[in-house]
Amino acid sequence: MQTDTRAPEKGTATTGTRKQPKSGGVLNVFSHGFLALWAIMIIVPLAWVVMTAFKSDDEIFTDPLGLPSQWHWENFTRAWEKAGIGDYFLNTVLVVGGGVALTMLLGSMAAYVLARYEFRLNKFFYLMFVAGMMFPVFLALVPLYFIVDNLGLLGTHFGLILVYTAYSLPFTVFFLAAFFKTLPHGVAEAAMIDGAGHYRLFFQVMMPMARSGLVSVAIFNIIGQWNQFLLPQVLMPGEGNNLLADGIASVAVSQRYDPDFSGLMASMVIAMIPAFVAYVIFQRQIQAGLTAGAIK
Amino acid sequence: MKQRKGLFITSFLVLPVALYAIMVISPFLQAFYYSMTNWTGTNPNYKFVGLDNFKRLFTNELYSVYLIPALKHNAFLLIAMPVIVIALALFFAFMLNVGGRSRGSRIRGVGGSKFYKIVFFFPQVLSVTVVGVLWGAIFRSDEYGFLNSILALVGIPTKPSGWLSDPDIVLLLVMLVMIWSSVGFYLVYFSAAMSSIPTEIYEASMLDGASRVQTFFKVTLPLLFESVQTAWIYLGIIALDAFALVFVMTPEQGGPNHSSEVLGGVMYHYFSSSKAAVACAVGVVLFFFTLTLVMVSLRATRRERVEY
Repeated sequence: MQTDTRAPEKGTATTGTRKQPKSGGVLNVFSHGFLALWAIMIIVPLAWVVMTAFKSDDEIFTDPLGLPSQWHWENFTRAWEKAGIGDYFLNTVLVVGGGVALTMLLGSMAAYVLARYEFRLNKFFYLMFVAGMMFPVFLALVPLYFIVDNLGLLGTHFGLILVYTAYSLPFTVFFLAAFFKTLPHGVAEAAMIDGAGHYRLFFQVMMPMARSGLVSVAIFNIIGQWNQFLLPQVLMPGEGNNLLADGIASVAVSQRYDPDFSGLMASMVIAMIPAFVAYVIFQRQIQAGLTAGAIK
Repeated sequence: MKQRKGLFITSFLVLPVALYAIMVISPFLQAFYYSMTNWTGTNPNYKFVGLDNFKRLFTNELYSVYLIPALKHNAFLLIAMPVIVIALALFFAFMLNVGGRSRGSRIRGVGGSKFYKIVFFFPQVLSVTVVGVLWGAIFRSDEYGFLNSILALVGIPTKPSGWLSDPDIVLLLVMLVMIWSSVGFYLVYFSAAMSSIPTEIYEASMLDGASRVQTFFKVTLPLLFESVQTAWIYLGIIALDAFALVFVMTPEQGGPNHSSEVLGGVMYHYFSSSKAAVACAVGVVLFFFTLTLVMVSLRATRRERVEY
């Protein structure tokens, strides 16, 4: 890795000193080559997973790089039914759907009040939420397990939804508060003069105006919660209770005593499809949203 | 009206704050307390033992065989991983945004920038376990592994002790996967920051005859300093985790023979073997590790902001 990064820099140093307007040629070959290499490093493994998912276990060994001679769709049915990916998938849809909806509702309520109303403790609550972005979830994990257990919510979808929501609040409040601050005050004042109360102002004026920000944060939360591993791994004990990310992990671990390589690859494809589709559709918003959240 | 406003604020804050306090704040605080008890996690009776857990973790051989390698590995990841990711991401971002100058006087990226940005970013939306299983399958030590099957095609036999079963390189492979999945995000992140630098600055440096290397080190890098600093902290936090990848990719989940042990894995080990208090103590060690990282990097990189 390290040698790879240095090579192009050396190349630029020699071309740079020549100070010819066309000296970029050598550099372009280098940088294009390196850019292309990195792209290959991303595309080839993913394409290999998809190809392998359609092959028989025999063919994986005899022809690892070629297209499948026969498309074995039954790998997917096996993964969906026998490996339990179908259940994991539905569990994930349920938890992430509930989690993102609740996160957006509670997050935008808190962010709105913190961004646009002055009151004592405003700064305190804001910092309390934002500080959560800095601490490793690991530290909270063990006590969290027992809190959820004591509430009788261990291994339940509802419990996991509450936990996902709580751990998504820091980023959501941080991003949405910044967004609500940018909305014009004139519209809010006009609505108040027209007799709208605080609640109507929020639900009928501010929420529609904040749509683009809400969409970005919602996409971010969908990706984040969809891919969550640690929390379901610990908080959803028991057979068939897994979500996709930790379900894939347990399918992979079970490979050690019950190998079904093509089935594992088919499970991977099933787990990747929603992320891939969401990414292709919302590519622009995802990139804009993620980076806007990180740039102050 | 004033009262209504107060009621409105309270009604909007009470649920999010309560949920956050119960699920996030209180477990964080409890972890510190439990780390100083002999709580098993299952037995309701426990007592305060002071710093015993910490002493044991560092000095008792049964415990330190986990903790010490984990500390070393996380420290290694913490130093090496962010440097490589930031260097690669900066290089790519520079090429994709201002690297294509030789084709005309306008400042722009090399050809195909958009395509590269979309592809490079994609691993970021994959679940860390999917990434781990994917690379675990590539580096598998038997004949099913992608690398081994390629090597077998050209006639190099597979080694049962190769790749992830090799204690010397297993941690490097985990780091490689971390780099693979995070470069794209920081590329896009730095690109956003680069595009807010006015093009006149680049044009001026070009007129002065600066090469692309000079432009990068004398213009781009200083103006991106704050973004690099933020990236450093976030990558540091990722480097201190690494648990999911180690859990999915490596043999014995941290092996072979503790050669890819990380703090998160040690914590998980104690949590699942009824030593909840020890697990909390590992969490506290991790917390101070993180805190030190944030403090040091903020201190070490403090400097005046360049306004433009």
